[in-house]
Amino acid sequence: MSIFVDESTRVVYQGLTGSQGRYYGLLNRDYGTQVVAGTNPRKAGTDVDGVPIFATVADAAAATGATVSCVFIPAPGVPGAVLEAAEAGMELVVVITEGVPAHDEAFLFNKLRRDHPDVRLLGPNCPGIISPGKCNIGITAGHIAEPGGPVGIVSRSGTLTYQALYELKQQQIGVTTCVGIGGDPVPGTTFVDCLAAFEADPETRAVMMIGEIGGSAEEEAADFIAGHMTKPVVAYVAGVTAPPGKKMGHAGAIVSGGKGTAAAKMEALTSAGARVGQNPTEAGELMVEIVASL
Amino acid sequence: MDLFEHQGKELFARYGLPVPTGEVAFSPDDAVAAASRLGLPVVVKAQVHTGGRGKAGGVKLAADLDAVRSHAAGILGLDISGHIVRRLWIEQASDIAEEYYASFTLDRSARKHLGMLSAEGGVDIETVAARDPDAIARIHIDPVNGLTQPACRQWVQAARIPGSVADVVADVLVTLYGAYVDADADLVEVNPLIVTSSEDVVLLDSKVTLDANSAFRHDDYAQYDATQTRDEREQAAHAKRLQYVGLDGSVGVIANGAGLAMSTVDVVNQVGGSPANFLDIGGGANAEVMAGALEVINNDPAVRAILINIFGGITRGEEIANGIIEATRRVDIDSPIVIRLDGTNAAEGRELLEPHLGGALMMEPTMLDAARRAVELAGAANGQVQP
Ligand SMILES: Nc1ncnc2c1ncn2[C@@H]1O[C@H](COP(=O)(O)OP(=O)(O)OP(=O)(O)O)[C@@H](O)[C@H]1O
Ligand SMILES: [Mg+2]
Repeated sequence: MSIFVDESTRVVYQGLTGSQGRYYGLLNRDYGTQVVAGTNPRKAGTDVDGVPIFATVADAAAATGATVSCVFIPAPGVPGAVLEAAEAGMELVVVITEGVPAHDEAFLFNKLRRDHPDVRLLGPNCPGIISPGKCNIGITAGHIAEPGGPVGIVSRSGTLTYQALYELKQQQIGVTTCVGIGGDPVPGTTFVDCLAAFEADPETRAVMMIGEIGGSAEEEAADFIAGHMTKPVVAYVAGVTAPPGKKMGHAGAIVSGGKGTAAAKMEALTSAGARVGQNPTEAGELMVEIVASL
Repeated sequence: MDLFEHQGKELFARYGLPVPTGEVAFSPDDAVAAASRLGLPVVVKAQVHTGGRGKAGGVKLAADLDAVRSHAAGILGLDISGHIVRRLWIEQASDIAEEYYASFTLDRSARKHLGMLSAEGGVDIETVAARDPDAIARIHIDPVNGLTQPACRQWVQAARIPGSVADVVADVLVTLYGAYVDADADLVEVNPLIVTSSEDVVLLDSKVTLDANSAFRHDDYAQYDATQTRDEREQAAHAKRLQYVGLDGSVGVIANGAGLAMSTVDVVNQVGGSPANFLDIGGGANAEVMAGALEVINNDPAVRAILINIFGGITRGEEIANGIIEATRRVDIDSPIVIRLDGTNAAEGRELLEPHLGGALMMEPTMLDAARRAVELAGAANGQVQP
């Protein structure tokens, strides 16, 4: 099994007619993803390499049965696009677009939680989600992922995720699902959401999580691991030696209270029972060890 | 993107918030002229993108023009936590009865905006926060609903702001929150927010950080972008639209993706070296971007070796290899380059690089090996023996 998306997932691409949307949308289709529709209010009735274009997500859903949307709309249009997808009943909205203002992200998160609590937002500014061999939504190179299991991956960083997929594939270790949650200030889906889904997925038997400095998502993940995870977790946190960001005011220091550094995150994860690698390669080796012992 | 205090105050003023009148000055003469127009006494204030100016001697009261001149001369050129003062703000002195602290910022864990307010504001606010956390009243604001009057009043009460000014302070805070949202700020902080002896409420300081991602809806952002403090290397990288942060080591780092770039910096440190920079060239890694990156790094006199760490995803190894080869042709590089190329079609990419190796261009199979080699080379160039 896999989490959030599989071979039966039908996807509509908002922005399929743009250059990025077209490029990755068609790559996703080549991978085997059911790319059933695109939207563009000015191009309804046309198609992109055979994929029909509709004026709205609602039209696309009615005609094709799409339940997941992937957004390649430029940043200014992202809030509107996400709300349109939510109102059209999408279960999952994957936003690849980078450069979305933090205030828009905070607004979207709370708006969805209040008015569309069943809609899952992934991103913005994320590489997307892939259940290898079944469905690939976003900009991950599908061929670097080994289908199957037993590993689930959740990551805040794009390239480090690809590297993790690739290293596991070299060892012929399969991946159930790999979720790129993105590194923006208010991601729609968090480590904890993904850890919970992996814990519930019978085919996932170990989880690799890749974090970064900043925020407290890794600390929250650590709390969840300590309290709710029975499956082994391997973690890596990038930015151990990053210089502390320039601080203008006092608010940051008053709020963070020591959280947010890579060291604090690694410590929290270690004491929660996760195995923490000092670099991506070491994390990969730890996962190989764990998989061998499953 | 950080604003100078005076830019923040000008921004506040556009929303009708009460700030002191003042003028920018770049020399003692400017400062004296400004002070004579404003009327004495004035306060001479260093304009730098950091806090704690008062404690560092960057904020001085002047009762006469001689004092203005000597304070201006003393503050210009001052180093405040690594920021050299090049600009002053001369403003009318306020008659302070009370100093409060107020700020709005995004609380990432709560996914809501966070307001913090204290009746014990001023230069020692962080000590107050550490000693008596209850002295700071916090309010989480749902971005969908905003900061409502009743919620704000309760918050002001919780901060133990005296009743006589509570209503005025609440109004100011509602307006300030409006400015924070409308300007797409990551942070607005007012410390101190003062009450004068005649019970006027004035915003006496400003720390404003804006979210560069929202520049598309703010015409005034370009003017703030022009006054950011960047060192020469950062300026050059910024002009090329590269994601670059200057560090003080000797190994130049180029990687694709922020996570991998951060990780590369970590690994250089782990093997005993010190990175000269963080540089993320993004997913594409074409010759254009690679050449720009190499140029920026090559211009850094501290760089002794360059580490290129690329992982191919959708971009294939051949394209990356060709980008590197083309870039090294365009830029005359002074330091040896160690390449680690992995991912999609890495073998094909390495094959393309093979004939160019030897001399100043090297390749290593893994990130760790490449980092070790680069650190070794940097050390050798420094005449040091590396562990
Ligand atoms: N216009 C003014 N009139 C009178 N006093 C002033 C004025 N501006 C500043 N001060 C005094 O100087 C102190 C320090 O100034 P300000 O808060 O602007 O700088 P700062 O030290 O950088 O602040 P922070 O510690 O918040 O970073 C204030 O707390 C206030 O007491
Ligand atoms: Mg202050």
